[in-house]
Amino acid sequence: MIELTGVSKTFTTRDVGVVAALKEVSLRIDGNEFFTLLGPSGCGKTTLLRLIGGFETPSTGRIRIDDLDVAALPPQKRPVNTVFQSYALFPHMTVAGNVAFGLEMCGWAKADIEARVKEALALVRLDGFAARKPAQLSGGQQQRVALARALAPRPKVLLLDEPLSALDLKLRKEMQGELKRLQRETGITFVLVTHDQEEALAMSDRIAVMRDGLVLQVGAPKAIYDNPNSRFVADFIGEANLVPGKVLGRNDALTVAVRPERVTLGRLNGHGARARGEIAGVTFLGLDTLYEILLDGTRVRARVRDAGEPFQPGDTVAVDWPDTAERELRH
Amino acid sequence: MGRQSTLLLVAPAVLAIGVFMLIPMFIALAYSFMTADPYGGVQAPLTFDAYIQFLYQRDFDDSLVFASDYILIIVRSIYLAVATTAICLVLGLPVAWYIVCQDAERRRLLLFFITLPFWINTLIRTYCWILILRDEGLANKLLRALGVVADPLPLLYNDGSILLGLVYTFLPFMVLPIYSTLERIDPRLIEAAYDLYASRVAVFRRVIWPLAKPGALAGATLVFAPALGSFLAPDLLGGGKKLLIGSLIQMQFTSSRNWPFGAALSIAITAVILLVMVLRSWRAPQREARA
Repeated sequence: MIELTGVSKTFTTRDVGVVAALKEVSLRIDGNEFFTLLGPSGCGKTTLLRLIGGFETPSTGRIRIDDLDVAALPPQKRPVNTVFQSYALFPHMTVAGNVAFGLEMCGWAKADIEARVKEALALVRLDGFAARKPAQLSGGQQQRVALARALAPRPKVLLLDEPLSALDLKLRKEMQGELKRLQRETGITFVLVTHDQEEALAMSDRIAVMRDGLVLQVGAPKAIYDNPNSRFVADFIGEANLVPGKVLGRNDALTVAVRPERVTLGRLNGHGARARGEIAGVTFLGLDTLYEILLDGTRVRARVRDAGEPFQPGDTVAVDWPDTAERELRH
Repeated sequence: MGRQSTLLLVAPAVLAIGVFMLIPMFIALAYSFMTADPYGGVQAPLTFDAYIQFLYQRDFDDSLVFASDYILIIVRSIYLAVATTAICLVLGLPVAWYIVCQDAERRRLLLFFITLPFWINTLIRTYCWILILRDEGLANKLLRALGVVADPLPLLYNDGSILLGLVYTFLPFMVLPIYSTLERIDPRLIEAAYDLYASRVAVFRRVIWPLAKPGALAGATLVFAPALGSFLAPDLLGGGKKLLIGSLIQMQFTSSRNWPFGAALSIAITAVILLVMVLRSWRAPQREARA
């Protein structure tokens, strides 16, 4: 279990001056959890990860791992291992040498190291690669070595800094499944940093959405997707139509978010529809078709499956969505 | 690309290597087998005299007696060159590491300082050490003013002052190649080592040093070879009391006017340096195989 209480981090740079990368963040990550820090670049997610790993020290606040206050401990004294974005494999060591490194540093006996290295390489399905050098491996294989190296000492927490960003799409999808499997099989808490919301939704038990050094919302993927608490979260997680609205009888401006897949389009037949709009763009996505509709000057997207006779740009259509698809957002 | 244009394109490289490296080497080799002209230069006939003079002394009855004098000079020269290389390595590695750890602007400034001495003539810089080290020099004055010593310390004209001069002259040649290898080390590798429970010593021994070794080897070659043949520091700071190979060669071409012997001595130290390099490249693949 990781507990962050009021953690801030400020950096001083020569050209910009003092920059607050994290502002009073409090967060609780449970044991045996796949937890994801999600946000655009510069939101502070990597800084948060580096604070947990011990590569930075917090300006204020406390960090506890299993009731051990680690804020002042260097990385080598924390029960935490990291998979770096660039993998950071030691180029002068073999695959086995890389995986054994952490165990050697912990003073393990030679026979135990050999057994654990074998086990770790089997876990990431790289048996038979022990004698290779990192430069002789593909990106995906290097990624697996980095995972094996970080998992071999059985840390309490595994930190993953955008681990899949350097892989191509197909490999990325495959590794998403692999990471999920590894987390379940080892029972180690995974903390993953990513800017890819699809990746976060696919893998995580819980997600923390971050922006500008703040945690905006924490929750299970479905909970966040169904009930975003702000315009930013609604727009960043999946897609959202943000329609300006007003509370009846009061003057409060608010925004209504509607997911494109909940929007329905129909031929004009005079009754029932919420509004009429004009098709401005059509994008064929395979299974679905994405329409862009101009609705009183607002652009609304509708993701429609099997529309039968497709609409053409310029068509006037009836636009509708169920009331239950609406989420009112105040900020 | 046609054969002719390929030849044309490689011509500058071949010419440079030939004119600046191979031809002078062959001239030296050829001279070493000729007879000395008493007014300098060489003349016919071909002879092994120069090499015989290196190992033997001609006795009064014209018989050859083995003489170790010149061998001892070479051994002493090698010893001083090895010591210079070792001291430069011990000093150069932390200096290079310190520079790498600075931000870009400070790094440029510090590298500029490292190369600054190149702009001043080596003779003048070596002479300055005499002014510092002599009995009435800066160092002794300071020591006496501080009351550390009553009489001036003999700082000049010994192996220590020669070593100081050699290290001073060749240190940049160690710092720069080490710096260039250290600069290329991904800082994440060091973070990864710490992350995997390595101590500071282990990070240096297991990650930084193995990756810096090519630079250290290049630096060692750049320091060892010229230090072995150097004559400025030994002459000026050693007082010319005990000859080193560099000074000896220099003398053969100037005051002694024995060009063949000078050439033979040059070939001898070239052979020593080649031997060191061959041993190095012969042992390197073995180490690679064990790792």
